[in-house]
Amino acid sequence: MKPAAGWEKTCSVFIFRGVMKDGYEHGRQERGVSMKGKGNYLVIALVLLLFVLPLVVDSNYILSVLIIMGLYTIVVQGLGILMGYAGQVSLGHAAFFGLGAYSVAVLTTRLSWPEVFALLGAAVVPGIIAAVIGRPTLKLRELYLAMGTLGFGLLVHIGFNEAHSLTGGPSGMSGIPYLTLGHLVLDTDFKFYYLVWAVVLLVMLVIKNLTASRTGRALRAVSESEYAAESVGIDTAGLKLKAMVFSAVLAGLAGGLYAYYVTFVSPATFGFHASVQFVLMAVVGGPGTLAGPAAGAALVVALGEFLRWLIPLIIPGAGGEYEIIFFGLILAVVMVLCPRGLGTISSYFPRFSGEGSTKPAGVLPDIKDKGGIP
Amino acid sequence: MSEQLLQLLFSGLTLGSIYALMALALVTTFNISGVMNLAQGEFAAIGALLAVTLSGAGIPLPASFAAAVIMVAAAGGIMERAAIHPARGASGLTLILITIGLSISLRGLALLVWGTDTYSLPPFSRGGPLFIGGAALNLQSLWVMGLVAAAVTGLHFFLNGTYTGKAVKASVINRTGARLVGINVGTVSFWAFVGSGALGAAAGIFIAPIAMAVYDMGFMLGIKGFVAAAIGGLNNAAGAVLGGLLLGVLEAYGAGLVSSGLKDAFAIIVLMSILLVRPEGILGALGERKI
Repeated sequence: MKPAAGWEKTCSVFIFRGVMKDGYEHGRQERGVSMKGKGNYLVIALVLLLFVLPLVVDSNYILSVLIIMGLYTIVVQGLGILMGYAGQVSLGHAAFFGLGAYSVAVLTTRLSWPEVFALLGAAVVPGIIAAVIGRPTLKLRELYLAMGTLGFGLLVHIGFNEAHSLTGGPSGMSGIPYLTLGHLVLDTDFKFYYLVWAVVLLVMLVIKNLTASRTGRALRAVSESEYAAESVGIDTAGLKLKAMVFSAVLAGLAGGLYAYYVTFVSPATFGFHASVQFVLMAVVGGPGTLAGPAAGAALVVALGEFLRWLIPLIIPGAGGEYEIIFFGLILAVVMVLCPRGLGTISSYFPRFSGEGSTKPAGVLPDIKDKGGIP
Repeated sequence: MSEQLLQLLFSGLTLGSIYALMALALVTTFNISGVMNLAQGEFAAIGALLAVTLSGAGIPLPASFAAAVIMVAAAGGIMERAAIHPARGASGLTLILITIGLSISLRGLALLVWGTDTYSLPPFSRGGPLFIGGAALNLQSLWVMGLVAAAVTGLHFFLNGTYTGKAVKASVINRTGARLVGINVGTVSFWAFVGSGALGAAAGIFIAPIAMAVYDMGFMLGIKGFVAAAIGGLNNAAGAVLGGLLLGVLEAYGAGLVSSGLKDAFAIIVLMSILLVRPEGILGALGERKI
């Protein structure tokens, strides 16, 4: 799988330039508060809109869609770190989401833990599993990593189906209590909406600080070139593992919240299609940006809802998951035309590119023809 | 007991033959075009479903077989021109995400056309099963194993005995070198997809009388084809076939003796252990490229 030695030599110059440029841009971001300017107002406006929306909109359906968007945003933020910054792909992220959801389900209904502790468990369990499987898996590159994570996702999915005594098998587990914070029981969409989006904003704040930190710059360097990063003394293996654990924790947290929201979990929600959907969201939004995952999650969820409404109108009696036709096509088209994600489109329009969209460091290191077949 | 073991061996070899065919198509395309085509399983599913529909419309089985194979082969070619060719030179991950997108789309289309029902084809030849050592061997199983033998011999003869085959071999060994002596590598990649479409469809149709055809059968077939190919080391056609047979037998014994619910888990555990312990495959050596 190693590229030819000659390739490395000729490319390393460009890679170093890339790393330094990114570091420079980040430095500018850190110092230049004034640079935000217009972008800052946009952020405030969006946050205000998020706050006001449930007060104005009187529809449980729209609220539930917005909640799902929020939950997926949390997952995709983590996946975006893994793909956009650490340059790794995960085709099994639904497994971490599912592990979080099942942690809450098992801890509350079988072991009657207090709800908040169970939610903590939902974040910790996938994190530990990611740490255990991450060390050997992240050694793999490209194709093998993709297939390894895909296999992990399938294995966990089979586990949900087969471990009847623990997970209830294919029919799932019901009777998960509502999340209770102090005296506040989050039993309506209205209350849950505020919790989810508060968590989303918190996660985005953490990621914003993280990516502007030394670790964030090191991660960016890793995604540009592992060899170059290693040669300037970055612990690439450790960083990739941290990114993996971090993204698993976020996926688990979102899964735990999901379990409290729908109060029912079953394996069907956490299969391969869900993993691909997360990757699609990350790719559509542009991994390696802050706003990208939120935009990607919102777009894909909205498109899914639209298609679920539209398709039965065109084909009477249709009731399957036909939206995957379009999701698959979109994924293929985006990867053909714009392999670094649609988010990069904004970089062609400098005036509109917000703060988060400095050159994303690419899902997929797109180096032309590394001497043919790996 | 020994009869049961023999019976499981037969069903394992039958299933394994299908995995071997998937792996053969995957490895050939991968080495020619650098694309791990995760839509390979979809070729089998759509081929089988097309053959079911055509033969259900009254067309004789051989004719519907040929028509389905040609249609899927054409679909493979169109896929290569529309999605793989424009992205040539992109990283392996980009390409794999493209094929995942395409495979999901094809699965959705199959769901749209054929629904979630399972379909069956009549066996190719009449007559009861053969009894060997007290275990029954279906005639259809012999057909499936025959297809593997035919595909392997055909590929071997094509690569070593024909001028075109030698050009294909050259573009596997050294793409730039092949281009320099006037071989159009893009065209070779196109025909690789046409060929793997045809082979996938044939495999799907041959297994349909035994295993039923359903819109989502392609997903696990594709994954298991990859596992079989990984056992062989991704660059070794003989290894891929052997890997497929091994995987089929392992799965049959696992499902028969341990738990049938964990049938798919065995393949994935094999995959994970190979990836982690010996990514070059049990038979392969890294860096060596051949088909």
